[in-house]
Amino acid sequence: MVTRSREPFFWVLFTSGGMLAALVLPALVALLWIAQPLGWIETPSFIGKVQPAFARLFLFVLISSALFHWAHRFRYTLYDGLQLEHLYGLIAVTCYGGATAMTMLAAWVLWTF
Amino acid sequence: MNPDYKLYHPKWHRMRMPIFWWLGKLSYTKFIVRELTSLAVGYAAVILLVQIWILSRGKDAYARFLEWLQSPFALIVHTLVLLILLFHTITWLNLAPKALVVRIGGRRLPDKAVLVAHYLGWLAASGLVVWYLVRS
Repeated sequence: MVTRSREPFFWVLFTSGGMLAALVLPALVALLWIAQPLGWIETPSFIGKVQPAFARLFLFVLISSALFHWAHRFRYTLYDGLQLEHLYGLIAVTCYGGATAMTMLAAWVLWTF
Repeated sequence: MNPDYKLYHPKWHRMRMPIFWWLGKLSYTKFIVRELTSLAVGYAAVILLVQIWILSRGKDAYARFLEWLQSPFALIVHTLVLLILLFHTITWLNLAPKALVVRIGGRRLPDKAVLVAHYLGWLAASGLVVWYLVRS
Protein backbone atom coordinates (compact mmCIF):
# COMPACT_ATOMS: atom_id res chain seq x y z
CA MET A 1 0.00 0.00 0.00
CA VAL A 2 1.21 3.46 -0.83
CA THR A 3 0.94 5.96 1.97
CA ARG A 4 0.82 9.46 0.69
CA SER A 5 3.20 11.95 2.25
CA ARG A 6 1.79 14.96 4.02
CA GLU A 7 4.92 16.84 3.05
CA PRO A 8 3.50 18.73 0.01
CA PHE A 9 0.60 20.09 2.08
CA PHE A 10 2.90 21.60 4.70
CA TRP A 11 5.29 22.75 2.01
CA VAL A 12 2.59 24.86 0.33
CA LEU A 13 1.79 26.50 3.68
CA PHE A 14 5.52 27.00 4.25
CA THR A 15 6.07 28.78 0.91
CA SER A 16 2.97 30.94 1.00
CA GLY A 17 3.78 31.97 4.55
CA GLY A 18 7.40 32.66 3.64
CA MET A 19 6.39 34.80 0.69
CA LEU A 20 3.74 36.80 2.57
CA ALA A 21 6.14 37.32 5.48
CA ALA A 22 8.91 38.41 3.13
CA LEU A 23 6.72 40.96 1.35
CA VAL A 24 4.75 42.43 4.25
CA LEU A 25 6.39 41.88 7.64
CA PRO A 26 9.44 44.21 7.40
CA ALA A 27 7.23 47.22 6.59
CA LEU A 28 4.70 46.24 9.25
CA VAL A 29 7.32 45.76 11.98
CA ALA A 30 9.26 48.90 11.04
CA LEU A 31 6.12 51.02 11.12
CA LEU A 32 4.14 49.56 14.04
CA TRP A 33 6.90 48.59 16.45
CA ILE A 34 9.75 51.00 15.68
CA ALA A 35 8.74 54.17 13.82
CA GLN A 36 5.48 54.67 15.70
CA PRO A 37 6.71 54.03 19.27
CA LEU A 38 9.66 56.35 18.59
CA GLY A 39 7.28 59.04 17.37
CA TRP A 40 8.78 59.24 13.88
CA ILE A 41 5.40 58.75 12.26
CA GLU A 42 1.91 59.62 13.42
CA THR A 43 -0.66 57.00 12.49
CA PRO A 44 -4.42 57.21 12.93
CA SER A 45 -6.16 54.78 15.30
CA PHE A 46 -5.20 51.17 14.67
CA ILE A 47 -8.74 49.99 15.46
CA GLY A 48 -10.12 51.52 12.28
CA LYS A 49 -7.40 49.76 10.30
CA VAL A 50 -8.12 46.30 11.69
CA GLN A 51 -11.91 46.54 11.63
CA PRO A 52 -12.74 46.20 7.88
CA ALA A 53 -13.54 42.62 6.89
CA PHE A 54 -10.85 42.52 4.20
CA ALA A 55 -8.20 43.67 6.73
CA ARG A 56 -9.21 40.97 9.21
CA LEU A 57 -9.21 38.32 6.52
CA PHE A 58 -5.78 39.44 5.36
CA LEU A 59 -4.43 39.49 8.92
CA PHE A 60 -5.78 35.98 9.49
CA VAL A 61 -4.10 34.62 6.35
CA LEU A 62 -0.86 36.46 7.17
CA ILE A 63 -0.66 35.36 10.82
CA SER A 64 -1.67 31.78 10.16
CA SER A 65 0.57 31.17 7.15
CA ALA A 66 3.51 32.90 8.87
CA LEU A 67 3.05 30.51 11.80
CA PHE A 68 3.01 27.46 9.53
CA HIS A 69 6.09 28.84 7.81
CA TRP A 70 7.76 28.95 11.24
CA ALA A 71 6.51 25.47 12.14
CA HIS A 72 7.84 23.85 8.99
CA ARG A 73 11.19 25.61 8.85
CA PHE A 74 11.95 25.46 12.56
CA ARG A 75 11.17 21.76 12.58
CA TYR A 76 13.95 21.08 10.10
CA THR A 77 16.30 23.52 11.82
CA LEU A 78 15.95 21.42 14.96
CA TYR A 79 16.56 18.18 13.06
CA ASP A 80 19.57 19.45 11.11
CA GLY A 81 21.04 22.15 13.30
CA LEU A 82 20.71 20.48 16.66
CA GLN A 83 20.78 16.85 15.43
CA LEU A 84 17.48 16.04 17.11
CA GLU A 85 16.28 13.51 14.56
CA HIS A 86 15.44 11.01 17.27
CA LEU A 87 12.73 13.41 18.51
CA TYR A 88 11.09 13.34 15.07
CA GLY A 89 7.48 12.84 16.18
CA LEU A 90 7.55 15.09 19.22
CA ILE A 91 9.03 18.02 17.29
CA ALA A 92 6.58 17.68 14.40
CA VAL A 93 3.58 17.53 16.74
CA THR A 94 4.83 20.51 18.79
CA CYS A 95 5.54 22.70 15.74
CA TYR A 96 2.43 21.99 13.65
CA GLY A 97 0.28 21.68 16.79
CA GLY A 98 1.46 25.08 18.01
CA ALA A 99 0.76 26.68 14.64
CA THR A 100 -2.69 25.06 14.50
CA ALA A 101 -3.59 26.23 18.00
CA MET A 102 -2.43 29.79 17.27
CA THR A 103 -4.38 29.75 13.98
CA MET A 104 -7.55 28.84 15.87
CA LEU A 105 -6.84 31.62 18.37
CA ALA A 106 -6.27 34.08 15.50
CA ALA A 107 -9.59 33.06 13.93
CA TRP A 108 -11.38 33.66 17.22
CA VAL A 109 -9.67 37.00 17.98
CA LEU A 110 -10.24 38.38 14.48
CA TRP A 111 -13.79 37.03 14.16
CA THR A 112 -14.91 38.60 17.45
CA PHE A 113 -12.93 41.82 16.94
CA MET B 1 18.06 15.29 6.18
CA ASN B 2 14.36 14.54 6.17
CA PRO B 3 13.99 11.82 8.82
CA ASP B 4 11.32 10.22 6.61
CA TYR B 5 14.06 8.98 4.30
CA LYS B 6 15.53 6.82 7.05
CA LEU B 7 12.50 4.59 6.75
CA TYR B 8 13.84 3.32 3.45
CA HIS B 9 17.53 3.26 4.35
CA PRO B 10 17.65 2.16 7.97
CA LYS B 11 21.04 0.53 7.73
CA TRP B 12 23.24 3.24 6.32
CA HIS B 13 26.35 4.04 8.26
CA ARG B 14 26.00 7.48 9.72
CA MET B 15 28.71 9.56 11.33
CA ARG B 16 27.71 11.40 14.45
CA MET B 17 27.91 15.17 13.81
CA PRO B 18 28.77 17.66 16.51
CA ILE B 19 25.89 19.99 17.42
CA PHE B 20 27.71 23.11 16.30
CA TRP B 21 28.87 21.65 12.96
CA TRP B 22 27.63 24.80 11.21
CA LEU B 23 29.98 27.24 12.98
CA GLY B 24 33.10 26.13 11.13
CA LYS B 25 32.32 27.62 7.75
CA LEU B 26 30.69 30.93 6.82
CA SER B 27 28.33 29.41 4.27
CA TYR B 28 27.09 26.83 6.82
CA THR B 29 26.56 29.55 9.42
CA LYS B 30 24.64 31.66 6.91
CA PHE B 31 22.47 28.66 6.10
CA ILE B 32 21.56 28.07 9.76
CA VAL B 33 20.97 31.80 10.36
CA ARG B 34 18.71 31.82 7.31
CA GLU B 35 16.79 28.87 8.70
CA LEU B 36 16.54 30.56 12.11
CA THR B 37 14.83 33.61 10.56
CA SER B 38 11.64 31.57 10.97
CA LEU B 39 11.80 32.45 14.68
CA ALA B 40 11.46 36.16 13.86
CA VAL B 41 8.60 35.40 11.46
CA GLY B 42 6.80 33.39 14.15
CA TYR B 43 7.48 36.05 16.78
CA ALA B 44 6.07 38.83 14.57
CA ALA B 45 2.94 36.79 13.85
CA VAL B 46 2.33 36.08 17.54
CA ILE B 47 2.95 39.67 18.73
CA LEU B 48 0.77 41.03 15.92
CA LEU B 49 -2.05 38.77 17.11
CA VAL B 50 -1.44 39.81 20.73
CA GLN B 51 -1.58 43.48 19.70
CA ILE B 52 -4.91 42.97 17.92
CA TRP B 53 -6.29 41.00 20.86
CA ILE B 54 -5.28 43.70 23.37
CA LEU B 55 -6.71 46.35 21.05
CA SER B 56 -10.10 44.67 21.33
CA ARG B 57 -9.90 44.75 25.14
CA GLY B 58 -10.23 48.49 25.50
CA LYS B 59 -8.24 51.69 25.65
CA ASP B 60 -6.40 51.17 28.97
CA ALA B 61 -5.04 47.79 28.05
CA TYR B 62 -3.93 49.07 24.66
CA ALA B 63 -2.24 52.13 26.18
CA ARG B 64 -0.19 49.79 28.39
CA PHE B 65 0.78 47.77 25.34
CA LEU B 66 1.91 50.91 23.49
CA GLU B 67 3.93 51.86 26.55
CA TRP B 68 5.65 48.48 26.43
CA LEU B 69 6.42 49.06 22.74
CA GLN B 70 8.25 52.26 23.77
CA SER B 71 10.45 50.55 26.36
CA PRO B 72 14.12 50.27 25.40
CA PHE B 73 13.92 46.49 25.73
CA ALA B 74 11.05 46.18 23.25
CA LEU B 75 12.71 48.64 20.86
CA ILE B 76 15.98 46.72 20.88
CA VAL B 77 14.19 43.39 20.38
CA HIS B 78 12.11 44.78 17.53
CA THR B 79 15.11 46.34 15.81
CA LEU B 80 16.76 42.93 15.93
CA VAL B 81 13.58 41.27 14.69
CA LEU B 82 13.43 43.77 11.81
CA LEU B 83 17.03 43.00 10.80
CA ILE B 84 16.35 39.26 10.85
CA LEU B 85 13.13 39.76 8.86
CA LEU B 86 15.08 41.75 6.26
CA PHE B 87 17.55 38.85 6.05
CA HIS B 88 14.59 36.52 5.55
CA THR B 89 13.13 38.72 2.79
CA ILE B 90 16.44 39.07 0.93
CA THR B 91 17.37 35.38 1.10
CA TRP B 92 13.80 34.41 0.20
CA LEU B 93 13.51 36.70 -2.82
CA ASN B 94 16.99 35.77 -4.04
CA LEU B 95 15.85 32.15 -4.30
CA ALA B 96 12.82 33.08 -6.40
CA PRO B 97 14.54 32.66 -9.82
CA LYS B 98 15.54 29.13 -8.81
CA ALA B 99 12.05 28.21 -7.67
CA LEU B 100 10.14 29.92 -10.45
CA VAL B 101 10.98 29.25 -14.07
CA VAL B 102 8.94 31.48 -16.34
CA ARG B 103 8.73 30.64 -20.02
CA ILE B 104 7.43 33.11 -22.55
CA GLY B 105 7.01 31.93 -26.12
CA GLY B 106 9.17 28.87 -25.46
CA ARG B 107 12.07 30.90 -24.09
CA ARG B 108 13.05 31.09 -20.49
CA LEU B 109 12.79 34.47 -18.84
CA PRO B 110 16.24 35.47 -17.50
CA ASP B 111 16.81 35.00 -13.77
CA LYS B 112 17.44 38.68 -13.41
CA ALA B 113 13.98 39.61 -14.68
CA VAL B 114 12.31 37.24 -12.19
CA LEU B 115 14.46 38.69 -9.41
CA VAL B 116 13.70 42.32 -10.30
CA ALA B 117 9.98 41.53 -10.51
CA HIS B 118 10.06 40.08 -6.99
CA TYR B 119 11.93 43.06 -5.54
CA LEU B 120 9.46 45.42 -7.22
CA GLY B 121 6.69 43.35 -5.66
CA TRP B 122 8.32 43.79 -2.24
CA LEU B 123 8.52 47.55 -2.80
CA ALA B 124 4.87 47.71 -3.88
CA ALA B 125 3.67 45.59 -0.95
CA SER B 126 5.65 47.68 1.56
CA GLY B 127 4.30 50.89 0.04
CA LEU B 128 0.77 49.52 0.24
CA VAL B 129 1.17 48.58 3.92
CA VAL B 130 2.58 51.98 4.86
CA TRP B 131 -0.03 53.84 2.82
CA TYR B 132 -2.90 51.89 4.38
CA LEU B 133 -1.68 52.42 7.96
CA VAL B 134 -0.66 56.06 7.65
CA ARG B 135 -3.53 57.55 5.63
CA SER B 136 -6.27 59.10 7.75
